[in-house]
Formats: sequence, structure tokens, C-alpha cells
Amino acid sequence: MSPSLLLRSIGRPVLDMVAAIGRVALFAVQIISHLVRPPFYGREFLNQLLQVGWFSLPVVGLTALFTGGALALQIYSGGARFNAESVVPSIVAIGMARELGPVLGGLMVAARVASSIAAELGTMKVTEQIDALTTLSTNPIKYLAVPRVLAATLAVPVLVAVGDSIGIMGGWLVGITRLDFNSATYLKNTLDFLEAWDVGSGLIKGAAFGFIVALMGCYHGMNSGRGAQGVGRATKSAVVAASVMILAANYLLTEVFFTS
Amino acid sequence: MIQMQGVTKSFGTNRVLRGVDLTIASGSSMVIIGGSGTGKSVLLKCVLGLVQHDAGTITLDGQDVTKAERDAFLARFGMLFQGGALFDSLKVWENVAFRLMRGAAKRPKAEAREIAIEKLRRVGLKPDVADQFPAELSGGMQKRVGLARAIAAEPEIIFFDEPTTGLDPIMAGVINELIREIVVEMGATAMTITHDMSSVRAIADQVAMLHEGTIKWSGPVAEMDATPDPYVQQFIHGRATGPISAVR
Repeated sequence: MSPSLLLRSIGRPVLDMVAAIGRVALFAVQIISHLVRPPFYGREFLNQLLQVGWFSLPVVGLTALFTGGALALQIYSGGARFNAESVVPSIVAIGMARELGPVLGGLMVAARVASSIAAELGTMKVTEQIDALTTLSTNPIKYLAVPRVLAATLAVPVLVAVGDSIGIMGGWLVGITRLDFNSATYLKNTLDFLEAWDVGSGLIKGAAFGFIVALMGCYHGMNSGRGAQGVGRATKSAVVAASVMILAANYLLTEVFFTS
Repeated sequence: MIQMQGVTKSFGTNRVLRGVDLTIASGSSMVIIGGSGTGKSVLLKCVLGLVQHDAGTITLDGQDVTKAERDAFLARFGMLFQGGALFDSLKVWENVAFRLMRGAAKRPKAEAREIAIEKLRRVGLKPDVADQFPAELSGGMQKRVGLARAIAAEPEIIFFDEPTTGLDPIMAGVINELIREIVVEMGATAMTITHDMSSVRAIADQVAMLHEGTIKWSGPVAEMDATPDPYVQQFIHGRATGPISAVR
């Protein structure tokens, strides 16, 4: 392969990726700028809060419950190698609050909400409903994207808090029924070692992940290609992009929160 | 008056509009005809700013549409989309009254609903349709709701994108009559794009033939049948042979 051909084959995808990042960034800036400018669509926001927050509770709760339980089993069997079985309650609590609660909650919301937003807005795009909004003097970003992004940014931390509690409860359940922990001791250990910042950092992560999920859903939905295939592709891209960005943002936030 | 001069638009290498010159007088009904994929919808969307044209000028009453204050500009328009483009999540009356419940034309909810029901009645739909969702309606009913939404705020200019596509001939006739009646009654300027010759004859004052990105012929509907223009003759008689290639 000639050097120019090699450079071209590397350069084209890099340029495309930079352009895509730029488009997403501009879209995010537009949404943020509309957050503080009227008109505000309160009814749409409340509806999205219900869709994103309330209806995601079962999936986030179940995920947290099973994760907390499995985490307790893993730490117990792993800790047994160096006589550290007693750290199960504190590690489950810290692990859930700092890492697994926000990350798994964010990923489950990405699967449920980013796909739903992208499919809904993609269908609106291909059936000209988004054009119709414009002709009716309504800014589609303000009417469709802003309520979704705001609702997800506010709802996901609440989901994370609920998920943390259920996850810790899952660990406690396994601890007292399978690992012979005393219930009161387990709870005392959990509370003694859990700090406010463990929970607070997880909630901030949750807000960031909620923003990412809705942003990706709206961006890919509103830029969907034509037809059923276009909507399908937009939905897939929204979930993949949101999931990868959540994991990347999680690493960055962990660096910022816990290594400085 | 809407004036287009040298309007061009390309999507990648596909040059859809190649210099469109067209004038639509205030209060007149212009119908643009042409084959599928000739850029009729793109032209209409360029006027509304839904698609940005690459070159040329489009003016409304002498003002460049790209420089007009967006909300005030769009408030002058109503549009009936090809598929209706009704909002699935809203009830029929909320679709019709959408513009009346937001922005500068905002009215109290009860008043907006009353106007919506009146507009539904105007397009031949009973008041009990108002509380249904668009998905519960037939295609013809959805078109009527779309028409009611387009006229709800009594705009000065109404665009109709393929208003009879997908409808049976009787329903198409009903929609054509409604459009004509409403345009005359409101004194609105209308721009319609269609392939349907019965629509052309029912709706148009003026007709323009768009092909390969340019206007090949335009004139009063009364002169359409007699024009020697080969593009118009081939199109209105539906001939497979002529200057318009069947394979596009």
C-alpha cells in the first residue's frame, strides 16, 4: 500500500469521527442554551420524567438487587483466600454506591431510554412530524430534546440512589441467608464504612450518565436516516454510543473524584 | 407574493434544483407538477427554510426568507404534509390546536379546543373525532385533520404536499374540493405539489411544471391542456414516451 493511500485510509475515518464529535457537541450546546431560554414545555418535561424515571425503576431495581447479591457472594469467596470475609458489607456498599449502582443503572437506562427516545424521534423524523413542528413555529430541539435531556439528567441520580439502596439490600439478603452474617452486624458495618462522598459521587455520575443517555437518544433520533432501516440504525447507534460514553465518562469521573 | 430566482439545491452529487425561477402571486393557487424525485418537495421545503438552498434567492413580499424573523415568518404559513405528519402522542384536537396553545397566538385551552372542533367541522369531521388519537383514524380522516391543523391559525399562505396521495378517488375529490373552498374562502396564497391531474384541475389557478431541477413551463391552468410544451403534454397524458425519461 502506498503511503498516500495509507494516510487516506487513516485520515478519512479520523476526520469523520472528529466531525461527528463536533456535531454532537454543537447539539449539546444547543440543548443547554435552550434550557435557560423560554418558552419552557413543563407538561412535556413532566411526561418525560415519568417515562424516564418512574418506568425505569423496575429494571434498575432488579439489576441492582441481583448485582448486590452476586457481589456479596464474590467478595465472600474471594475474601476467604486472605481471611477477609468480614469486609463483605462495606465492600458491597462502597462498590454499589461508587461504581456498580451508577454504571449498571446508567447502562440499563441507556438500553431502555436511549433506544426508546431514538426510535420515537427517528419515527417522527421520517414521518415529517419534526418538520411539522417547525412549520408550527415550534423549535424541535426545545420541544423534543430539552425536556428529555433535563428529565434524564434529574431522574437517573434518583434511580441510582434507589438502585444503591436495593443493591445493598441484595447484599444484606445474601449475607444473612447464605453467608451466615448477623443482620445487625451486617447493617452496622455497612453504615460505618460508607461515606457521604461515596454516595454523592455516584449520584453525580448518575446525572452525567442521564445527560449522555438522553443526548445520544435525541441526537441519533433527530438525525435518523430514512425508512425503517434508518430508524433501526439510529436506535442501535444511540444505545451503543450511550453505553460506550457512559463507560468512558465513568473512568474520567472516577479519575477526577478519587485520584486527585 | 413568493418569488424564487435561480434557486439551486444539491444533496452530495445529486443536483436536485438547478435554477428554479417561479413567482406565486398573493391570493393565487399555484400547483407544481412533475415526476417523482424531481425536487418538488425540496422546493417547497426551501421556501419554508426546512431545507437550506445552496444559491439563488427566495423572497416573500420582497423580503429574503433566509433573513426573515423566523417565528413571525412561519406564523404566516400553514402546511398539509403528505402523510399528515400528525403527532401520535397528542389527541386530534390537540394536533389541530397545536399552534393555538403555544407561542404568540396562544389562547386559553377551552378556546383553543373550541376553534379546533370548529376547524374539524369545517373539514367534514364530527366533534367526537376530537378526542381520538391520530392512529385511530383512517388515512382520509388523517388528511382532513392535517388540513384542519394547517388552517387552524388562519395563515396567509398554505402549502399542500401531495394532498391526495394514498386516497381513493372519492376521498381525493373531497379533499380537492375542501382545499379549493378553503383557499377561496380564506383568500390565502396556496402552493400545492402533486402528480394527481384531478387535483391540478380542481385546485390550481396557475400551474408550473418542474423537471430536472428547473421550471419547464408555467401558466394558467386553462392553458395547460393547449400548451405545446412537450414535457407538460407527456406528463398530463401519462405517456411513457417523450422528453421525460421513464427511467429516472
